[in-house]
Amino acid sequence: MLKLENLSVAVNDRPILHDVNLHIKPGEVHVLFGPNGTGKSTLISAIMGFARYTVTGGKIYFKGQDITKSSVDERARLGIGVMIQRPPTLRGLTVREMVQICGKKQVDVDELADKINMVEFLERGVNEGFSGGEIKRSELLQLMAQQPDLVMLDEPESGVDIENIALVGKSANYILERGMRKNGQTVKKYRTDRKKSGLIITHTGHILQYIPADTAHVMYQGTLACSGNPQEMLSCIQKKGYEECVNCAL
Amino acid sequence: MASEQNIKNKAHAALTKKAALGADIDLTAFADNATEKNYVSDPAKFSSEQKKQLESIGVEVAGGERAGTYMQLDHSIVHCSASNKGLEILSTDDALKKYDGLPSYWWQAVEPDADKYTARAALHQEHGYFIHAFEGAKIDYPVQACLYIGQEDIVQDVHNIIIVEEGAELHVITGCATDPQVKKGMHIGISEFYVKKGGKLTFTMIHRWGEEVAVRPRTGVIVEENGLYISNYICMQPAKNLQMYPTTKLVGPGAVSRINSILVAPTGSHMDVGGRAILDAPGTKAEIVARTISTGGIVINRGHLLGQSPETKAHLECHGLLLSDEGVIHAVPELEARTSNAELSHEAAVGKIAPEEIEYLMARGLNEEDAIATIVRGFLNVNIEGLPDALKREIDSVIQEFSLNRQ
Ligand SMILES: Nc1ncnc2c1ncn2[C@@H]1O[C@H](COP(=O)(O)OP(=O)(O)O)[C@@H](O)[C@H]1O
Ligand SMILES: [Mg+2]
Repeated sequence: MLKLENLSVAVNDRPILHDVNLHIKPGEVHVLFGPNGTGKSTLISAIMGFARYTVTGGKIYFKGQDITKSSVDERARLGIGVMIQRPPTLRGLTVREMVQICGKKQVDVDELADKINMVEFLERGVNEGFSGGEIKRSELLQLMAQQPDLVMLDEPESGVDIENIALVGKSANYILERGMRKNGQTVKKYRTDRKKSGLIITHTGHILQYIPADTAHVMYQGTLACSGNPQEMLSCIQKKGYEECVNCAL
Repeated sequence: MASEQNIKNKAHAALTKKAALGADIDLTAFADNATEKNYVSDPAKFSSEQKKQLESIGVEVAGGERAGTYMQLDHSIVHCSASNKGLEILSTDDALKKYDGLPSYWWQAVEPDADKYTARAALHQEHGYFIHAFEGAKIDYPVQACLYIGQEDIVQDVHNIIIVEEGAELHVITGCATDPQVKKGMHIGISEFYVKKGGKLTFTMIHRWGEEVAVRPRTGVIVEENGLYISNYICMQPAKNLQMYPTTKLVGPGAVSRINSILVAPTGSHMDVGGRAILDAPGTKAEIVARTISTGGIVINRGHLLGQSPETKAHLECHGLLLSDEGVIHAVPELEARTSNAELSHEAAVGKIAPEEIEYLMARGLNEEDAIATIVRGFLNVNIEGLPDALKREIDSVIQEFSLNRQ
């Protein structure tokens, strides 16, 4: 689904990411751990193609196609969807209109909004006066309509209160089509039928309770330092901290 | 009360008095030899080109869903009728005759010697409308008024009066335009509005001027106890030289005014548009909201809140969007408190569209042009009460034009 080859990225001429290699196959969900300021958000932004993030080396492939130089909207239409950490406010554009914009096909905005407890926000300006948690729910609602094949979530749990974390997790699973196994479906079939992929940044790991991830990576000082089983890595980081965790793997 | 002679004397003394704001217009530069136009009993008889122009400024030519119509072409009244019993529509000349010179209203909210334009109107005035909602009358449909310049090189001086009596409710839509052929001309419009105790006036004004037309509206509004005045001003077409600074005075306790404007200044436009709200009684509230866009023209957007009575509250909001490197938007918000418990605030932001906003929409699949058009549409989407459908379509088409003409 997504393949990064030796990707290096600079922001305002300052190198942030160095030679990042990553391969996310269809149906896989990867998580990205890492301390603050290490370049996790930069990675997602570069994959989406935001102009501030200059690719200084390497390639981005999506569904086999080189998208390193594609525009943001081309990438979106190819099937990449993103929830950034701090989306801007769009004055005068309602959440309802935004969700309709996201929808590839006609979507039932009210029905989707109901799933994520956003019905009351539909007529409000996008992110206008929203709390941290409301922003996350609004982003997820947009992604539910957008139905991307690769979903990138930047710290989906941050600013979300305890009651709503499960809701965020459930909605992310909905977008990733990771619902319940259908009656009579074998575990194997359930796994191979999944096509949607995810790249989820989490600082705390809380969201892993709700979203089953296949692989985890630790980003450290702009490189992917190590990869492995999400739960094992999380407990290693929690016990020893990033520095030691990264060192042991290196 | 100012006698007629008194008004004339004052005006004479101010005939060369430059306005406080805006370029000085040479009034002798206009030939101003308008011919008398015939009364049109059925406005549907206008030419199709004129009808189109009228519709673009919110006029329902067939008069549907309108409680009355006043139409003035150059210096002539071409239509004047009311279809609601709670309502009276006259030319101001007829109203002056009928009401003995309207001593409580004539030049009571605007000074005849404010500047050379008010002075000229006091001496040369050619009609204008008098719209009067009787006590307690809730006028269901809007009254439409249209001031149209159809002949090259004239100066149209009108004097309008709106009176909303106690407890009455009225919506007036005024469209001002020039004939598509007319390039040069001048419009001076004196408007004095009076909202009595508990009355409500919504005043929507749409301007669509020829590119070389100079425009100097002079408006004063007086709102009494618990009265409500809502003003919506829309100008989205080039105006070479437009300057106005309507003043709303809230004189009765609990009076409220809300003033919205939408200005779009294409290349070649110079719009100096502002507004002042004077909170002159306890518990009065005012709000001024402006959305300005420059696609190459110059916009000066002024706003002044003057709190001079206790427990008053007012907010000023001007947001400007610069869509071209050639354009200028100059926001001048002013707050003036003359009593310790006036609560005045303002919010002003002028700039280009943030690239993050464009990219946010692009990440949801819109191309760059559609993303910009969407942001502009949202930007202009101030909630305007009672906007006619034709006008909503007009706003949409202007937004569409931006996205097409963007370099
Ligand atoms: N838009 C930006 N402008 C300037 N610096 C940025 C920008 N985005 C990221 N950076 C810098 O790049 C580095 C990595 O940031 P980021 O990717 O946000 O880290 P993380 O998401 O891992 O916390 C930081 O030093 C940050 O200050
Ligand atoms: Mg981050």
